[in-house]
Amino acid sequence: MNVNIVLSLVAVVVLGALAFLGGSAPVLQGVFGIMIPYIAFVMFLGGFIWRIMKWAKSPVPFRIPTTCGQQKSLPWIKHAKLENPSSGLGVMGRMALEIFTFRSLFRNTKAEIKGDRISYEWEIWLWLGSLAFHYSFLAVLVRHMRFFLEPVPAAIKFLEAADGFFQIGLPIVMLSGVILFAAAGFLFARRVATPRLRYTSLAADYFPLFLIMAIALSGMFMRYFLRVDIVAVKELTMGLATLSPTIPANIDPFLFVHLFLVCVLFVYFPFSKLMHAGGIFLSPTRNMANNNRAKRHINPWNPDLTFVTYEKYENTFREKMIEAGLPVEKES
Amino acid sequence: MDIKPEEMIKISNAMPKKSWMETPPDLSDGKFCYPAKAKTLEYLGLPNPRDWSPADEDWKLPENWQQIIHEGFKERLDKYRSLKVFMDVCVRCGACADKCHFYLGSGDPKNMPFLRAELLRSIYRNDFTLAGKLLGKFAGARKMTTTVIKEWFSYLYQCTECRRCSVFCPYGIDTAEITMMGRELLNLIGLNINWIKDPVANCSKTGNHLGIQPQNFKEIVEFFCEDIEEITGVKINPSFNRKGAEVLFVTPSGDAFADPGTYTFMGYLMLFEHIGLDYTLSTYASEGGNFGLFTSSDMMKKLNAKMYHEAERLGVKYIIGGECGHMWRVVNQYMDTMNGPANFLEVPKSPITGTVFENAASTKMIHIAEFTADLIKHNKLKLDPSRNDHLKVTWHDSCNPARAMGILEEPRYVLKSVCNNFHEMPANTIREETFCCGSGAGLNTEEIMEQRLRGGLPRANAVKYVHDKYGVNMLACMCAIDRAALPPLMDYWVPGVEVIGLHELVANALVMDGEIERTTNLRFEDLPGAEGDSDE
Repeated sequence: MNVNIVLSLVAVVVLGALAFLGGSAPVLQGVFGIMIPYIAFVMFLGGFIWRIMKWAKSPVPFRIPTTCGQQKSLPWIKHAKLENPSSGLGVMGRMALEIFTFRSLFRNTKAEIKGDRISYEWEIWLWLGSLAFHYSFLAVLVRHMRFFLEPVPAAIKFLEAADGFFQIGLPIVMLSGVILFAAAGFLFARRVATPRLRYTSLAADYFPLFLIMAIALSGMFMRYFLRVDIVAVKELTMGLATLSPTIPANIDPFLFVHLFLVCVLFVYFPFSKLMHAGGIFLSPTRNMANNNRAKRHINPWNPDLTFVTYEKYENTFREKMIEAGLPVEKES
Repeated sequence: MDIKPEEMIKISNAMPKKSWMETPPDLSDGKFCYPAKAKTLEYLGLPNPRDWSPADEDWKLPENWQQIIHEGFKERLDKYRSLKVFMDVCVRCGACADKCHFYLGSGDPKNMPFLRAELLRSIYRNDFTLAGKLLGKFAGARKMTTTVIKEWFSYLYQCTECRRCSVFCPYGIDTAEITMMGRELLNLIGLNINWIKDPVANCSKTGNHLGIQPQNFKEIVEFFCEDIEEITGVKINPSFNRKGAEVLFVTPSGDAFADPGTYTFMGYLMLFEHIGLDYTLSTYASEGGNFGLFTSSDMMKKLNAKMYHEAERLGVKYIIGGECGHMWRVVNQYMDTMNGPANFLEVPKSPITGTVFENAASTKMIHIAEFTADLIKHNKLKLDPSRNDHLKVTWHDSCNPARAMGILEEPRYVLKSVCNNFHEMPANTIREETFCCGSGAGLNTEEIMEQRLRGGLPRANAVKYVHDKYGVNMLACMCAIDRAALPPLMDYWVPGVEVIGLHELVANALVMDGEIERTTNLRFEDLPGAEGDSDE
């Protein structure tokens, strides 16, 4: 068994157990229900900003977009405005496609050598799995805003209605939670089943997947099986949101497992690969226009360097140049 | 090559038993590029000149080499947002893995782009992140050792900076950027390769990578002119280092040096003569290519500086650049930033068609394919594409023009205008998804022929596809490295396919004013029907 998988799994189980024990002890409920959530929230926000600032502090000396289509050149040649943008608007379009539809991942192919031929097949599963994972996560996150807003905005109620559209079970199953768990499971299974990914994956690749699966699972467990007292939960979360935190008397200790794992994710986020969420915005191969020849890009640290000037060159070769009948600046 | 193609293509994708961190690089003979000579480094003023071999146990590194790498790494993280972001955001999704021609051709996991990057990231984590410092191996961190630096040397010279992986990366992580930084770091402690450093030294000295001195450059071009006159009856009058010309023409020196690039050079001369372009060649700015790109940003800047410097001295209005791959990466993405603004030049305007090239309004340098496409569109060239009828042509997009510029349609338009039989390779192997020749970024050297043939496999295999299906017998391209690297690649994988530059095809089809009836092409091969074949 892969040590990175075991370690990550053990870490998540231990964290969950810790929260359950803590949440079951009334004296510690304040720690797990109030203190840690506040700390986690601050660390998430602060960490996220710190990380972006840290990246932004380094300049972008050169304009290095990866061009994925026809450049803008002659007027009669069709320009690929989104795949090879030449303006800020085009870049915004390209970035929007990248962020909302995972454009680059959509291109994914699978190359295989079959006999004397290399074949390329469109490989859509990673794209589909990632898209399902991210959008269901977003839906879950937005739905949870109902715990921090009173009255609950109509938009959130609408999202809930859409999420539970199929009216399966009671309480009605929210599809987003199920999809989130399934998609994270798929991303994990893919990592294990693909030899080259299993060979290269780090604990940092497994841990967040287990963590998110545990969060989804604990949430669904509370909603569908424990059927925890939702009024008590909202009392706790509204207390947090309004900065007048209290621990309701009849809160289910299992809630602290869910809440604590979310806190762990919040703290972990800015210091991990999960920051790709912020990094994509700063990626110079995607967020720059390919208009280098039309508009000069400035490098703030452009060094002053000495090179072999024409004068030096002519000094080296003057006689030979004169002999060959090449024009020179100085005859001797 | 001892290994037969049908053996070489049997590539195992099984992962090694040991973890990659515990697998040392293979630095046996034939697995590495020869290092740069001591005197070359001395001439260039680069650190740690000495004689050594990657096969040696002791690489004679400076005593404080780890510190030099650490500080160099830090400096580059502060100078390049790209490096910093790319070190942090990779999620190891693996989408890039089977996009790399070296991975496809070798099956070596360290040739998967994300693992190539992890070679550096593991050190980055150890040196610059808290998690790496605290958790070590479990956070994917490791300490810099001589084995690690040898691994860097091995794998950073198994990347041609082609950027194909970056097309597929959901965050746009560009392995070229990582390889470039890694090679800069290696240069700091004197780990460089001869096939890059020799051209760099030559370029500084003589103005071009091949070390062609001014009188020889002139002789070579005059020799081309004699051949052209023999074939076409038209006398070509090139000029050298001429002040007051309208255009300075710069092309890679490889085209002056070896077949089939030489025919492309002849093509330029014929085209310019035919349209009466007021241009000059320079013996000083006689190199379009830039092996500084494969060394460091400083070296790239120094070598590139000659173009504007010479354009200013000669008082030309703008520059036209010849067919070259990495040259156009430099011209399109670095030149103006590094050595501009070129306010002494004017926005390029074709004297024949009047077209103003607004896309080069600042850099003032246009690609010859842009220039020629515009000429053809305006019916300024009389062309007889049937002269290329014996050819069945396919088009190889070179990495840099495709993925660092996007010049895709211009050459295709020119190509279709000058030859009647054109067949595209499969969609996943052309345009922005084009495959490298396997020898770019300074790796076109004999001693690593197996690596080059393996890296070139995906490209060659796509050529084989159209060769088998349509009888394609000519691979056209617009890159000087391609013209040097693709012939041996074709000979090995797809015998019967030759390599040609775009402007050789143009020149063969070009009906020049006052020309005699042509009986041969620029290679002195009989034209179809020229011998009076009745079936032609």
